[in-house]
Amino acid sequence: MKRALVMLAFALPCWGQDLEQRATALEKELRCLVCQNQTLADSNAPLAVDLRNQIREQLAAGRSDREVVDYLVARYGDFVRYRPPFKATTVLLWAGPFLFLLGGFYLLARVLRRRRVPAPQLTSAERERAAKLLE
Amino acid sequence: MKRLGWTLGVFVALVALLAIGLRLNPREVPSPLIGKPAPAFDLPLLMAPDKRFSEREMLGQVWILNVWASWCPPCLAEHPVVMRVAQSGMAPVVGLNYKDAREEALPWLERNGNPYRLIAYDADGRIGIDYGVYGVPETYVIDRKGVIRYKHIGPLTADVVQQKVEPLLKQLAGQ
Repeated sequence: MKRALVMLAFALPCWGQDLEQRATALEKELRCLVCQNQTLADSNAPLAVDLRNQIREQLAAGRSDREVVDYLVARYGDFVRYRPPFKATTVLLWAGPFLFLLGGFYLLARVLRRRRVPAPQLTSAERERAAKLLE
Repeated sequence: MKRLGWTLGVFVALVALLAIGLRLNPREVPSPLIGKPAPAFDLPLLMAPDKRFSEREMLGQVWILNVWASWCPPCLAEHPVVMRVAQSGMAPVVGLNYKDAREEALPWLERNGNPYRLIAYDADGRIGIDYGVYGVPETYVIDRKGVIRYKHIGPLTADVVQQKVEPLLKQLAGQ
């Protein structure tokens, strides 16, 4: 009995810590919609406090990280996620930088090709003059 | 010459892109709730704490849900517009009093007038979260089947009512 109690006393804080870590990690991945460039972890807006409490409550109730994120996305949209999912509406967001990179390579290739001026062909008169100069 | 045209074209496209980007209001996050059933709730009434109200009671009619609080200055700014909408009889306006205190909300209504058919009292903001509320005031138009058809974030203006809310209410009434 005593041993069980001791074990419980050690187990509880561990469990709490794990939960705390998960909650903190989630809060850093989610946007506060009131001050839009802050995460839920950084923001002191009343809504951020409410949402942090919600996250903690739901994790404590045994929900997975995924379920908590889905809960918020269902209410506030993909915008709450700092790492938006890859789907039809976000294709441009994810692929855009690579498209720009490709475009840059294309322009670079074009410029370089244009610069490759063919080696000048000397006329025989010029060749003779050059030979004379070199002597 | 051709090269100049290209450069100019790219420049104009970039300016257009930035101009559009700058004109968008970053606070207007499109709600994922449009076209979805209004989240269920069962809340006490602001005026009568012993009575309750659920969104299901509005099934069968087109209605407006207006989220407000006495601590929110933009709510006061939009208040005359909400009053006008309610008086026009276009649709019943239900209030959702969000994270407010009764002893402040009630005098606020007395001072400014009460446009609401009834007011649900969301003291801890739980239902607000379900509705994706992040900046009061917010206004929802909900159709006969209980589906959210429109959401306006921030204070309602006469323009918004005229250009968005009114036509939508007419269209929904005709259905």
